[in-house]
Amino acid sequence: MSYYDFLFAIEVLVGGLLSGVMYSLVAIGFVLIYKTSGVLNFAQGSMVLFAALTFVSLVERGIPFALSLLITFAVMVALGFTIERIVLRPLVNRSPMTLFMATLGLSYIIEGAAQLMWGTQVHGLDLGIDDTPFEVGGILISSFDLLAAGIAAAMVAGLSAFFYWTRIGLAFRAVADDQFAALAVGLRLPRIWGTVWTAAGFVALVAGLLWGARLGVQFSLSLIVLKALPVLVLGGFDSILGAIVGGLIIGASEKLAEVYLGPFVGGGIEGWFAYALALVVLLVRPSGLFGQKTVERV
Amino acid sequence: MIGASLGVAAYERAPEISGILAGARPVEDTRQARQSAKADAMLALSGIGISFGGVKALSDIDLEVKGGEIRAVIGPNGAGKSSLINIISGLYHADHGRIAIDGQSFSQVPASRLARLGVARTFQNLALFGGLSVRDNVASGRVYTRRASFVEHIANLPRARREDAGIAEKVDQTIAFLHLEAVADRLVASLPYGLQKRVELARALVAEPKILLLDEPMAGMTATEKAEMAGFVRAARDQHGVTIILIEHDIGVVMGLSDRVAVLDYGRKIADGTPAEVRTDPAVIRAYIGTADGEDI
Amino acid sequence: MAVQALDAARVPIDWQRLALPAVLVVVAYGLIPAYASSYLVEAILLPFLALSLAAVGLNLLTGYCGQLSLGSSAFMAVGAFAAYNFNLRVDGLPLAATMILAGISAAGIGVVFGLPSLRLRGFYLAVSTLAAQFFVQWALTKFGWFSNYNPSGVISAPHLIVAGFPLDGATGRYLLSVTTVIVLTALVWRLVNSATGRNFIAVRDNETAARVIGVPVLRTKLLAFAISSFIIGVAGVLWAFTYLRTVEPAGFNLDRSFQILFIIIIGGLASMRGAFLGAAFIVVFPLVLSRLGAFLFGGLFDSGVLDMSQRIVLGALIIIFLIAEPSGLSALFDRLKRRIGSRSS
Repeated sequence: MSYYDFLFAIEVLVGGLLSGVMYSLVAIGFVLIYKTSGVLNFAQGSMVLFAALTFVSLVERGIPFALSLLITFAVMVALGFTIERIVLRPLVNRSPMTLFMATLGLSYIIEGAAQLMWGTQVHGLDLGIDDTPFEVGGILISSFDLLAAGIAAAMVAGLSAFFYWTRIGLAFRAVADDQFAALAVGLRLPRIWGTVWTAAGFVALVAGLLWGARLGVQFSLSLIVLKALPVLVLGGFDSILGAIVGGLIIGASEKLAEVYLGPFVGGGIEGWFAYALALVVLLVRPSGLFGQKTVERV
Repeated sequence: MIGASLGVAAYERAPEISGILAGARPVEDTRQARQSAKADAMLALSGIGISFGGVKALSDIDLEVKGGEIRAVIGPNGAGKSSLINIISGLYHADHGRIAIDGQSFSQVPASRLARLGVARTFQNLALFGGLSVRDNVASGRVYTRRASFVEHIANLPRARREDAGIAEKVDQTIAFLHLEAVADRLVASLPYGLQKRVELARALVAEPKILLLDEPMAGMTATEKAEMAGFVRAARDQHGVTIILIEHDIGVVMGLSDRVAVLDYGRKIADGTPAEVRTDPAVIRAYIGTADGEDI
Repeated sequence: MAVQALDAARVPIDWQRLALPAVLVVVAYGLIPAYASSYLVEAILLPFLALSLAAVGLNLLTGYCGQLSLGSSAFMAVGAFAAYNFNLRVDGLPLAATMILAGISAAGIGVVFGLPSLRLRGFYLAVSTLAAQFFVQWALTKFGWFSNYNPSGVISAPHLIVAGFPLDGATGRYLLSVTTVIVLTALVWRLVNSATGRNFIAVRDNETAARVIGVPVLRTKLLAFAISSFIIGVAGVLWAFTYLRTVEPAGFNLDRSFQILFIIIIGGLASMRGAFLGAAFIVVFPLVLSRLGAFLFGGLFDSGVLDMSQRIVLGALIIIFLIAEPSGLSALFDRLKRRIGSRSS
C-alpha cells in the first residue's frame, strides 16, 4: 500500500466517522425514549422529517431564523405531550411490541401530516455553513461534517448536564432504572414521558436541520430511521454511549466497506451492510455492545 | 407463633389429610435417611453459589433430597429461594457448585432437557400460556414425549393421532386428579388466580416427573385454596411417588406438609432438618423475627 | 405479544361451522367466476387474495409464534423471483411444482434470516428482519441473473398453464389464486390447531416456561420462520404472476412489509379470519377513501393529498385498533355476530 493509498484510507475513515456522528444524532433520540419507557420509537425518523419540514417552511415564509427555530421547538414540545396523552397513556402496561407497532402507526401519521401541511416538494435548507473541504496533513475533511460533529457533541453534553443536574433529570434516571419504583415514590410518569418525548423532539430538530441541510428537506429524511436502527442494535437500545460509539463504528465501517468491499460485489451495499454488521455483533453480544443485560425474572 | 399460622389451621381442617400432620413421621426415620443421603439422593446440590451484579444471592449451598420426599426450602424475602429453584431448573447458571439429578451430575443443568431428565416445575409468578385452553396448557406438559413432525400433524398420520390420543388420556387423568374438569375447555387467562396456580401444577404433574419443583405454589391464595393445594401436593407424592422440592413463604403450610425443611437467610443455609427441629432452631427464629415481613409467618 | 385470541376452530364442530365454508366455496367457484366484472377481479380480488395469503403467513410467525418480522415482502420477492427462474430454467415444470419450489426457496431464505431469533428477542430480532428486507432487495437488483439480465429489471410473468388449460385471463388467474389460497389456508388451519401450532403459542406466551416443559423452542421458532416464509413466498408468486403480471424487486419494498404487518394488526393477530378481513380492508380502504375524498373536496383531493391522508388514516387506525380492539376486526366481527344473534333469538 503506497502512502497515498494510506492517506486515502484515512480520509475514508475520517469521512465515515463524521457521517457516523450524524447517525448517532438520530439514534440518541431513540435511546432517550427507550430508556425511560421501553418503547422503540419508530416514529423518531418521521419526527426528524416533521421538525425539518416545519422549520424550513417557516423560514421560507419569511420568518426569521431564530424565531422559526423557537416556533418549531414549541411545535415539537406540543407534539411530544400530545403523543404521550393520546397514544402512550392509553397503551400503558401493554407489551413493548404493541407500543412499537403503535409508533409505527404514529410514524405514518406524522409523515402524512407533515407533507399534507407543508407539501411534498424538496426544500433546500441553507444553515449558512460553508461546506468546502479543508486539508489537514494531506487529508480532506468536510467542514460541514466537522461542525455537525461539534453540534452533536455539544448536544450530548447538554443533554447529559440536563439529566444529571436537574430535578427532572433525576426523575428521568429514576424512571429509567425502575418504572414501578419510580411510580411508588410518587414521580409523575406522564409528565416525565412528555418531557422525554420533548427531548427526543429536540434531538429530532437538530438532526433534521443537519441532515436537511445535507440532503435537502424531503420525504426521504424520515428514512434515516433505517440508518439509526442498526446503530441502536450495535450499541444497545438503552445506552447513549452505545448510540455514539455504534454510530461511529457503523459510519466508518460502512464507508470502508463501500470503498474496499463494494467493488467486489457490485456496490450499493450501504443499504444492508450496517445491518449485517450489527447482526454479527448481536450474535456475540445479544444486547449490543453497551446494552444492559437483563436477568430473567421467573 | 408458627402454630398459629392461618395456613396450618386451614390445613388441619382439611378432612382428607388431617391424619398426617407435621411431626407425625418418626424423627429417627429421617435421621437415618440423611446418613445414607449421598447414595440414594434424588437431587443433590453441593457448594452452589451465584451472584447478580456483585450481590451474592446464594453462597455455598448444599442440599440433598431423597426420592419420594417432600423437601421444603423456606426463608424470608430475598433469601435466595427462587434463585435456588432457577438454578436447579437450569434457568440461572450457578457461578460454582454442582447439581446432581438422579445420579447425573451437572455444573449447568440444561433447561431445554429438563423435562426429559424427569424434572418439572411451577413458577412463582404464573407462567401459563394465556392463549391456550386449560386442557391445552396441561397437554403442553407432555410435549417432551412427542416425536411426530408438523407434517404428520397436518396430515393427521397415525403416529400423530396415537400421540394425541395417548396424551389426551393422561391429560384427562390429571385434570380429574386436580378437579379441573369444570374449566377444562376455558381459556386459561380467564380463570381466577387460584385455579391458574392449579393448572400450572397440572401441567407439571402430567409430565410424570421424578422431581417436582414448586416455587411458592400457595402464594397469594386464600386459606381454603392453600389447604386444597397442600392436599394435592401430598397426594401427588403419595400416589405417584414424585419427589417434591417446595419453596414457600408461608411457614405454617410448610411445617405441616414437608418431611424436611431447609432454611435460607441472606443466601446462606442457616438450618436444615425436620419441621420440629427447624421450628425450635434459634438461628431460624432470629432470622424470622429480624425481618420486616415477620407477620407473614 | 399478549394476544389471547383463540381461534374459533377450537370449539366443537357444529353445522354452522360447516355452512360458512360451503357458502364460501359456492361464492368463490360459482358466483364470482360467473358474475364478477374484470375490474373487480383485477383491481380488488387478485391483490386481496395475494395479500391475504401473505398475511396468513406472517400471522403464523408474528401472531401465533410471537416473532415480529418487518421483512415479509423480502420473502414475497424471493418467492416471485424463484418461481420466475424455475419456470424459465426448468423446461416443462408444472406450475404447481414451480410454486412449491418457490415456496421452498423462500422458506430456505426465511430460515437463514430466522437464525438470529435463536439468540435475539423482541426489538433486536425485529431489526434483524429488516436486514432480510434490504439484503434481498439489493441482491435481486444487483445480480442480473435473477431477472435473466433483462435491462430494465422488470420482467413479464410467464404464461400460466395448469394441466393444459391456459389461465392467463382474469378469471383463470383468479381461479388459480383462489385455489392456492384455499389449499394453503386449510393446511395452516390444521397446523395451528395441532400440537405444533400449540407449541407456537406456547413460545409466544411464555418462552421460558415453554423451554422448561420441553417445547423445542429453537426448532419451533425456525419452523415458524420456514413455514411462514413458504406461505409468504407463494403469496409473492401470486402477487407477481396473477396480479401484477410482472416481476420486479421495487414492488417488494419496506412499505409492502409494513402493509402486511398492518393487515394482521387490523385484522387481528393470531386469527386466520383476521388475515382475510385485514387484507380486504387494506385493499378496499384506499378506493373508498379516494371516492369519499373526491366527493367531499372535489378537485382539491388530488393523488398527493390522497396518498398523505391515506397514510394518516391508516396510522391512526393502527393506533386505534391497538388501543381499543387489540384482537382486531376479527373480534369486532365476532361481537357483531353475537349481537345480531341475540337480537334474532
